[in-house]
Amino acid sequence: MIPPLPKTPLLDARGVSKRFGAVAALKDASLQVGKGEVVALMGANGAGKSTLVKILTGALGHDGGQILIHGRAQPIGSPRAARRAGLVPVYQEPSLIPDLDLAQNLALGATPVGAFRHWAAQLGLPDLTLDTMINRLPLASLRIVDLARALAAEPDVLLLDEMTAALPADLVHRVLSVVRAQADAGRAVIYISHRFTEISALCDRATVLRDGVTVGDLPIKPGVEERIVDLMLGEGAISASASAARTQTPAPTGARPRLCVRALAAGTKLTDVSFDLHAGEVLGVVALEGQGQDELFAVLAGARKALRGAVQVNGAAVQFAHPADAIAMGLSFVPGERAHALLMQRSVRENIALPLIAAPRNWGPINMAAEAVQVSAAIARLQIDTRAMGEVQRLSGGNQQKVTIARWVAKGAETLLLLDPTRGIDVRTKRQIYDLVRDLADQGAAVLYYTSELAEIRMACDRAIVIFGGRVVDKIEAADADDARLMRAAYGLTEAEGAAR
Amino acid sequence: MSRFAQKNGWTLGLAALFAGLLIATKLIQPGFGLSGLDSLARAALPFAFATAAMTVVVLAGGIDLSVASMMAVASVSGARLMEGASEAEAAGIVGLVLLVGLAMGAINGALIVLTRVPDIVVTLSMLFVWEGTALLILQGPEGGCAIWLRDLILGGLSLPFVPGALTEWLPKAAVLVAVVLAVVWVPVARSKLGLSIYAVGSDPLAAFRSGVSLGRTRIAAYAIAGLLAAFGGLSLTMATGIGAPIPGPYLMAAVAAVVLGGVALTGGKGGLLGPILAVFVLRLVRMDLTLLSVDPNVTTIIEGTIMVIVVMMGGLLAARERGR
Repeated sequence: MIPPLPKTPLLDARGVSKRFGAVAALKDASLQVGKGEVVALMGANGAGKSTLVKILTGALGHDGGQILIHGRAQPIGSPRAARRAGLVPVYQEPSLIPDLDLAQNLALGATPVGAFRHWAAQLGLPDLTLDTMINRLPLASLRIVDLARALAAEPDVLLLDEMTAALPADLVHRVLSVVRAQADAGRAVIYISHRFTEISALCDRATVLRDGVTVGDLPIKPGVEERIVDLMLGEGAISASASAARTQTPAPTGARPRLCVRALAAGTKLTDVSFDLHAGEVLGVVALEGQGQDELFAVLAGARKALRGAVQVNGAAVQFAHPADAIAMGLSFVPGERAHALLMQRSVRENIALPLIAAPRNWGPINMAAEAVQVSAAIARLQIDTRAMGEVQRLSGGNQQKVTIARWVAKGAETLLLLDPTRGIDVRTKRQIYDLVRDLADQGAAVLYYTSELAEIRMACDRAIVIFGGRVVDKIEAADADDARLMRAAYGLTEAEGAAR
Repeated sequence: MSRFAQKNGWTLGLAALFAGLLIATKLIQPGFGLSGLDSLARAALPFAFATAAMTVVVLAGGIDLSVASMMAVASVSGARLMEGASEAEAAGIVGLVLLVGLAMGAINGALIVLTRVPDIVVTLSMLFVWEGTALLILQGPEGGCAIWLRDLILGGLSLPFVPGALTEWLPKAAVLVAVVLAVVWVPVARSKLGLSIYAVGSDPLAAFRSGVSLGRTRIAAYAIAGLLAAFGGLSLTMATGIGAPIPGPYLMAAVAAVVLGGVALTGGKGGLLGPILAVFVLRLVRMDLTLLSVDPNVTTIIEGTIMVIVVMMGGLLAARERGR
């Protein structure tokens, strides 16, 4: 099953195991990467990907197994030691110091400035000034800076964890070609991603983890996706090919829309957005990074004031001064950044129950029995892994994301505002979320669904609006939403005639 | 230039506030002159060292509640050893006391890192430990101090080969603070240790992933704080000629100056100059209010109010800049 490898792999991890108390996060994980290879590391949430990456990069120790670099056992007990051994990671969250400027951050890791500049330019950021404070850079630039810094260290093995999440499409393209060039120059890359399109374009092999065990190692060739999904899901899992069943909703008739937005403007980025959102409908929003979608969601969630324009809920004009106003009108916001929505140190139950009780009129005793019923119903419905009920921060990313949605299921949301709800989570959880969103819509909810992954428009939405430069530039039925058309519109290449009706 | 102003806006604002207060003092008390400046500097001296010590740990994302107690230990060990010692021996004693300070700070830091008990709990406990230690060394305000040490902070500065008129207005006490901080902090701030201190305070996870050793950096920050607290303790002995075993009001005053000086209590943000200027601002406000014969109880209310207003203004200005 394992294809022939170059004689000594650059990195050879065999039988790696790691326990956290009673929970075995890794039981028998193996991963080999040879010179000139890009290997995809794949697995569902909780399969142990993050743990393996942390072990390989020195952020965690391991209990069993051996890790050879260049065929020799080398100490990788700390991030610094791992770097010295030639293993350099780019984590999902940027590992840059927010209160220092770029030059200081480079000095901290002893990164050569010239090499950094070269890679930053290659990756599409030629104009970075070194005295820019890190906390002033947008997330996408931070990730590019992090990657450029890693490349400047000339790593033997580069570990990329969801590198392209939160990146706009043009930067994704540059990242992929730079990473491929690294491999072609004889280095090794471990590439963690949930995006099959990127994996088939970039990777040579895929190593699949399930429940802490390496269950497969496959060369990437056409049609391998289904096999990988089967491996990730395991025996007896639901047929992987079944995509989220989308009931064809009838085109909204003359009924009054649940949410009606007209000529909305906010901040400097959102200039003129109008759309109607009906009950029972999932409306996708497509936009490159920073086209005003964040402002749109913030205004609708009551977190930010609009400069101009009107918002109507069920036909009544509204102006939100506080998120509680939006929640009271049935608008529930699920931010893309899970940490912004959850009380990380509190239990799953408290997190789900919070919107139920967080209204001024509800101060006083909490009806624990009723709360328990609603919460357990929501947990069951979302199939949240409840082994770590005590603290949300101990859940995996996908399960955390489910909690952010579950709280609004428990409350009975009328209008859901989902901002990139599937960012960085695995295929299986993604599908559960698509199904859930569809269920909610079928039960009469109206859903606004921003996604950074174009394919989700077809899988989760009924129709989509495309925002470019703060304006709606196209409206597309999900059935017609092929990537090429969405991409052209997202880049402002198509100005649909009747876009702003 | 504008970039410099942007980065150091808070410090420049404090300097302007201090200048305005000096003018106000002159208006309130036309007789305010060199001797007034000198007594201000001497009054501010222990506060300045306590604040500098606190600033270093706060920048590293911690807090040290034992600063005043460490000052007491340094003060009494200096006074006890110098009693009856020769002037030349005093130099060695100063060095020894500074080492004791460094060690006390390192112990604080090591306890925090090794036991993983929160810094606020460890240093609260050590507040009592160092306080008891100081009383074991010296039961009451007694002991001695070398004359040359006492002279170090008395009166205006006079340098060889420089006309007295140029330097005499500058209190020696203020010069001492500047020299000590320059010698201790500038090399640190310019080195990787300084970056690491800011990094650990700003985002420990990112710092760890950038290869910074969190434990070593934290211990170093606490050790530097202990060293600066030892300077503060010595300055007490220098000012009074005897040891002070009971910790003075330096802990809360240091936290106040750190906040007023533009350092984020969450760590990673700010510098050393701002808090030191804040010490002088707070001391001068107190002096002015005393000159105006305001009730001392009202004085503390006014001090607290000033802090909230200044920090609020800073927040508003920052918010406005972000909104732009």
